[in-house]
Amino acid sequence: MSSAEYGRIFRDGLWDNNVAMGQMLALCPLLAVTTTATNGLGMGLASMVVLIITNTIISMIRGIITPQVRIPVIIVLIASVVTLVDMAINAWMHQLYQVLGLFIALIVTNCAIFGRAESFASKNAVLPSIADALAMGLGFTWVLVAVGAMREVIGSGTLFAHASLLLGEHFAWLETVIIPNFSGVLLPLLPPGAFMALGFLIAIKRIIDRRVATRKKASQSSLPAMQNS
Amino acid sequence: MTTVASPSYRERLAYQAGLLGGICYLVSMLLIGGNIKTQPLIEEHIVNDQIKMLKQVLPAELYDNNPIEESQIITDSRYFKNPVKILVAKKGNEFSGAALLISTPGWGGIIQFILGLDANGEITGVRVISHKETPGLADKIELTKDNWILSFDGKSLSNTSAQQWAVKKDKGEFDQFTGATITPRSMVKGIHQGLQFYQSWHHQLNSTTPAQEESSQ
Repeated sequence: MSSAEYGRIFRDGLWDNNVAMGQMLALCPLLAVTTTATNGLGMGLASMVVLIITNTIISMIRGIITPQVRIPVIIVLIASVVTLVDMAINAWMHQLYQVLGLFIALIVTNCAIFGRAESFASKNAVLPSIADALAMGLGFTWVLVAVGAMREVIGSGTLFAHASLLLGEHFAWLETVIIPNFSGVLLPLLPPGAFMALGFLIAIKRIIDRRVATRKKASQSSLPAMQNS
Repeated sequence: MTTVASPSYRERLAYQAGLLGGICYLVSMLLIGGNIKTQPLIEEHIVNDQIKMLKQVLPAELYDNNPIEESQIITDSRYFKNPVKILVAKKGNEFSGAALLISTPGWGGIIQFILGLDANGEITGVRVISHKETPGLADKIELTKDNWILSFDGKSLSNTSAQQWAVKKDKGEFDQFTGATITPRSMVKGIHQGLQFYQSWHHQLNSTTPAQEESSQ
């Protein structure tokens, strides 16, 4: 694979075909946990780790799986990887488990992991599959953090509250109080608020995409020789 | 993109059944292995968490025994469906209080908490051990997120009437959370029932002879 193709993978993951904003997948964990930016970050990172593991395994065994049984095979593998990760973190990283424990079980509900396994990893070699997992994971993480931040700032007036519980003491600087003594707004913290925040983000993405498209068109018609720059 | 040309034997039913079965077998072996490897560590963490919790809910000057070793398990369906584990605190061989490990239904699942009580039935502390409540809304029952759980300290059946054992929305004493009433309501109910449970089993715990239900751990 050329570097241009890897560039494409990352562009897809982070923006064009973003899990939450482009493919509209993984809405269950997205709506459930993004009441704070910290929760969004935890969920995003945990999902990314699982996605990298499952994409790697599935692209390694893609040669022996037949299309007829691929769906149950992929489901069994994802469920087991999530269970094993859950047990491993509980046993060897118990501090982290007390913070992340809630998210890990929720990853099973993330259809994006299945989606990437099915549409990318089962057709591509190991390295591009890892790159795809990384790109999709990062893309999912930033949307979760953005939705979480919007809901948290409007709903509770803080940003990255309890970040030190997730990331350790030296990330305590992330915790900011935007509006002191704020009694809170309920709507953003409830699931409808998550839909609104996500809808808002998608609208912004559409506007930017349209602007880029019209600009490209304009520059192509006026400067046909430089269209590849 | 690499598309592997599929040999004809792969189209046979036996190959596909074998493949699916084989992968399930491998995966279950992995899960069993993982479970065997992690189970003792996880159990150890749970015990350590209990010790840490115990220190938070029962003041150290209240006891000089090891309450975890002197634990009893009592099931009393009048108060709780699940068995209650009681860690008995003693000072100079005299009954001085107890910590109750209680499971009570919440909004998203079972809430497990530890309730520390002195010999007079006054709460010395409550901490939530595990729960499945909505993050960001109802997880304020954890001390790391909110001080709410401290509002139970010093309460007892004699200084707080049955009516006051409710959230403010139900004309009781305790705050509910913005967006989450069910979780605090079930916590208040669970703690209230824990106190009643303690009242009715108090004498049995009080006796120096171990109860029949005793199970040493």
